[in-house]
Formats: sequence, C-alpha cells, structure tokens
Amino acid sequence: MQHAIEAEGLVKTYGKGPKAVRALSGVGFAVPSGTVFGMLGPNGAGKSTTTKILTTLSTPDSGTAVVAGLDVAKQPGAVRHAIGYVPQKPCFDPTATGRENLTLQGHVYGMPGSDIRSRGTHLLERFGLADAADRITKTWSGGMQRKLDVALALMHRPRVLFLDEPTTGLDPEARADMWAEISGVTQADGVTVLLTTHYLEEADQLADRLVIIDRGQVVAEGTPEELKGGLDGDAVQVELADPGQQEAARRAVAAVRGVGEITADGARLHARVGNGAATLPGLLAALDGAGVPLASVTVARPSLDDVYLRHAGRSFHSADRAGTEVAA
Amino acid sequence: MSATMTSAAPAGTAGGQRGPALRHAVYLTGRSLRILRREPVYLAFTLIQPMVWLLLFGALFERVADLPGFGDTSYLEYLTPGVVVMTAMMSAGWAGSQFIDDMQRGVMDRNLTSPVSRGALITGALAYQAVVTVVQSLIVFGVGLLAGARYDGGLAGVLVVLLCAVLLAVIFAALSCAVALTLRSQESLIGVSQFLTLPLAFLSTVMMAPALLPGWVGTVARVNPVDWAARASREALLGNPDWSAVLGRAGLLAALTLVMAWLATRAFRAYQRSV
Ligand SMILES: Nc1ncnc2c1ncn2[C@@H]1O[C@H](COP(=O)(O)OP(=O)(O)O)[C@@H](O)[C@H]1O
Ligand SMILES: [Mg+2]
Repeated sequence: MQHAIEAEGLVKTYGKGPKAVRALSGVGFAVPSGTVFGMLGPNGAGKSTTTKILTTLSTPDSGTAVVAGLDVAKQPGAVRHAIGYVPQKPCFDPTATGRENLTLQGHVYGMPGSDIRSRGTHLLERFGLADAADRITKTWSGGMQRKLDVALALMHRPRVLFLDEPTTGLDPEARADMWAEISGVTQADGVTVLLTTHYLEEADQLADRLVIIDRGQVVAEGTPEELKGGLDGDAVQVELADPGQQEAARRAVAAVRGVGEITADGARLHARVGNGAATLPGLLAALDGAGVPLASVTVARPSLDDVYLRHAGRSFHSADRAGTEVAA
Repeated sequence: MSATMTSAAPAGTAGGQRGPALRHAVYLTGRSLRILRREPVYLAFTLIQPMVWLLLFGALFERVADLPGFGDTSYLEYLTPGVVVMTAMMSAGWAGSQFIDDMQRGVMDRNLTSPVSRGALITGALAYQAVVTVVQSLIVFGVGLLAGARYDGGLAGVLVVLLCAVLLAVIFAALSCAVALTLRSQESLIGVSQFLTLPLAFLSTVMMAPALLPGWVGTVARVNPVDWAARASREALLGNPDWSAVLGRAGLLAALTLVMAWLATRAFRAYQRSV
C-alpha cells in the first residue's frame, strides 16, 4: 500500500542548555493514502511539533519525513503545494469576509480567477457557510470559523490535509458537525488526513489508523479496533476511599481469579478482567475481606483510554492535566 | 487507494518562481488596505498627533521663525514638511503589529506552510505602509496649506517630500517588522517604538532650525534618518533648491531602506527556528 506520509525517527528539541525541552524523541509512523490517520495524545505530547515538521514549518534535529512522495527537508516548496494545514490556533483572517479569505488563499496558490470563484463557492456551500459568506468572519460562530479554517486548507485541492486539534474548544454540536466534514474529506476528495486530537472518542470515531503519542514518543499504533482488541476482556476501575491503601488493594485484587494486568494511578486501580460481570462479585469480596473501603467501582468494555493507560502507564486524563501544567 | 487521490498537478507550480513573489506581495498589500478601508478611524487616529504638532506648535512657536536661522519662511512653512516625515516614521513604527497578530493566531504558520515567500510577506507589509504614508502625507500637507503655508518648490518639491516620507516609512516599518518577529509581543513593540521615535523626532531639525540646535543635538541629527528626510524635504520645497543636498540625503535614505528590508527578512529565520 502506498503511503501519503512516512515519518522516521523525528527528534526535536526546543531551546538550548538546561532550559532545553525535548518535544520529540524519535517519532515515526506511516499513513496509507486516502485514509484518516489519528495522532492521539495528551497536551504536550508532541502532536503539534510533529505536524509542524511534516508541514515544513519547523525542522527536526534529526529524522526524515516524506509527504506526498516529497522529502520535507529537500523539497519544502513542492511539499507546500501538495498539503493543506489547519494549525491548532485559528488561522482565518477575522477582518475579512469568508469569501475574501478563500479568494486570497486561492491567489496565494496561483489558482486562476474563475477557478477561485467556483472552488470558493463550492467550499462555502459544502461547509454550510454560504449564507454567511459575505459577512466579516469576526462575527461568525466558533464552529463556523473553524470550518472556514478547514475550507481554507482545502482551497487549492491538496493531496494531504493536516488538522491540528480541529475540534478543541468547539461545543458538542459543532464538534459532531466537524466530524462529519472530516469524514467527508477523505471520501469526497480522496485526500489523506492527518488529524491530531486529545479526545479519545474523536480518534475512535474518525481515525482509520492511529498512533498514541506520549512524551514525544509513539507508544502504540494500529486501528482503533486492533488497539482495543489487544486488551483482553473488560476494564474494572476501582476508586479507593484512601489512596494510602493502594498496595493492600492491589494485593487483594491480584489474588482474585480472572484478573489480569493491574495498573495503579493514585487512588485509582485499573484491572483487566476476562469477564467483568462474572469477576466483579469475587473482586468486591476480596477488597472487603482486606478491609479496603471503596469510593466507586466501574466496569467497562475496553476503550482507547485503557489502551493509553496500558502503554503510557498513566491515565489519559491525568497525563493531560500534567501536560497542561507543564505547558502553562 | 492511491488511485482515488486527485490527479491534478499542484496549482501554481506551472508559473515561474520570480513572478509569484511579486504577485503575492500585491495580494498581501491588498489585504491590509482592505482592513484600512473598513476601519478608516485607524487612519484618523494616526493623524491626531501630527495635527497637534502642526497646528498647536505652529501657532505656539510662530515667533520662533523671527530668530535668525529660519530664513524668510514662516514657522508653519518650516514645520509642515518636518511633520510630514515625522508622521511617516511614527505611523510606520506600528507596522509590525499586524505580524504579531498573525503570529498569535495561526495566520503566520499557515502562510509559512504555503508557497508565499518570506520576502513577499515583508514586501507586502512595507508596500502597504508606503501607501498609507502617501495618504497621510497628503492630508498633513493639505492641512498645512489650509493653515497658510506656501511653497515655491511646486509639484516637484511635493513629490520629493512624498518620496522622502515613503522611504523613511519603509525604514521604520521594516525595523518594526524585525522587532515584531524577534520579540513577538505587542507590549515590546510599543516599548521599542516609543523609545525610538520620539527622541529621533526631537533630535532633528524637524522643529528647530539647524543653526539654532545645541551642538551635540546637531551632531546626532547628522546620523538621524528623520533629519535626512526633513532636510531634503524642506530643501526641495524652496524656490531654488540645492538638488545635490536633496539627492545626497535621499540616497542615504534609500541605502538604509535596503539594509532594513534585509534585516526584516533575516528576522524571519529567527522566528522559524523558534516554532
Ligand atoms: N515553540 C516552542 N518553544 C518551546 N517549547 C515548545 C514549543 N512548542 C512546543 N514546545 C514544547 O514541546 C512539547 C511538545 O509540545 P506540542 O508539540 O505543542 O504538544 P501537543 O501539540 O501534543 O500538545 C511541550 O513540552 C511544549 O511545551
Ligand atoms: Mg498541540
């Protein structure tokens, strides 16, 4: 299968000396043409940095990347014609109308005037922006503005589209709307999409394949089903009333029949079990017998959250919080 | 799967690589001018200070021109070309603020992953500032004329004043862009621009005849581009200008323009290393 993106051993450090931040320490993956590829990771994992390198915005310390068959280091000019990029921050011009935004973008890529008009109209209609097309975009809703960002990136018919957290900050309705548009992009235009997200359900919903990235490294790769299937059975999550009893709880749970891998994360204990419903009574009895009071217990089918926990050794949400604190 | 990919050649690669840079600069200039057209209040805002200088100082210091050293011009006539070039400098000091907006949003990042050259991004900003300067200069000039200033230099003189104002504006706009790309915050840009422009306006012959400046100010004024522009402008408006003096100073301005434009383009590298 042909790959639209091939990244290998990407390393990137920001700054020098004691203040240096290692953003990427050897990221690599391959994206099959015509698919949506997800890059899932908490804040500060290195998603934007990877995207910036693949879009020629930034250069890696080492490693190679080929996008649409072109080496980003050797042929950045050709890569720029082949790609569309929606940065994490909004990138439309708020002082111009929707149509003016698209028109300038068309000129930048050297499209002929007639094509600019028809392509602009087509995109405005397709993204449901036609009614607002001639209004200043400052007055648009957040969801409409983000859709304009995507339309701008598609204006020149790129072969590979990079979407860096396209739905962060959108309300649920606008997010669902954006999801539909993103699926449409691969189907209608045959564009390859690299999508970064820190929403597990977004990666699950949209990505044909995905990598989970944590602290500048790929920790897992596969289709969402493969990743979830790699975990046996269900996930049981036990919240302890007293985090100090973590060790006692772990010993008690480990002794229960049918319990597999156990991961502890503060007051939370995550256990993989063959069959949640069948194992739960024994598990609760064991904890009760060991004198460990509980705050809550949940049983769930495996989710990407569990995949993340398994590979990164901490829960996605605690990693996300930690990342936000570091980045702030 | 690759069969479903769009087979169209990437748009724009057919054209040469020189032509697009110029076209891009034109489109980017147009983008900025559209902002100005929609919010003309901004232009009015940049004219408040020059009007105060021109009308208030022009009236307040009217008798200054009686001092020897001013020749037989009125103070208003002396002051007007100086205020034109000073306005050009002060307004150009803000040129980098659009870059900062663009960097804080994703606009700069999107531009830098498009085929737009870094040169065109700079040239677009400078060309926009040049257009703004011509409009501002004509307004300041017009007010000076309405208030009673008269010049023997005629159209040629006015064109020289416009040229000097534009060159000075481009110098400071380029500097402002370089500062914006390096420091990346509106506050720093405001600080640098305040720190630089007011002293440069006062350490020149904009308000006071060369013969009447204190010695050290005269020395500083000789290396002050604002002074080059002010002197060339006043000279060109005389009935019988010393063209070699005008050309010499305009030449200095042109040379400095090139240096500053180069500096601004260099500043892009610093920005790209940091993203
Ligand atoms: N321009 C920059 N300068 C310095 N450090 C940066 C810069 N961009 C990102 N970083 C750091 O690199 C790490 C990865 O950041 P990023 O790629 O933005 O993560 P993500 O997009 O996954 O949230 C973080 O620790 C972040 O603070
Ligand atoms: Mg990011």
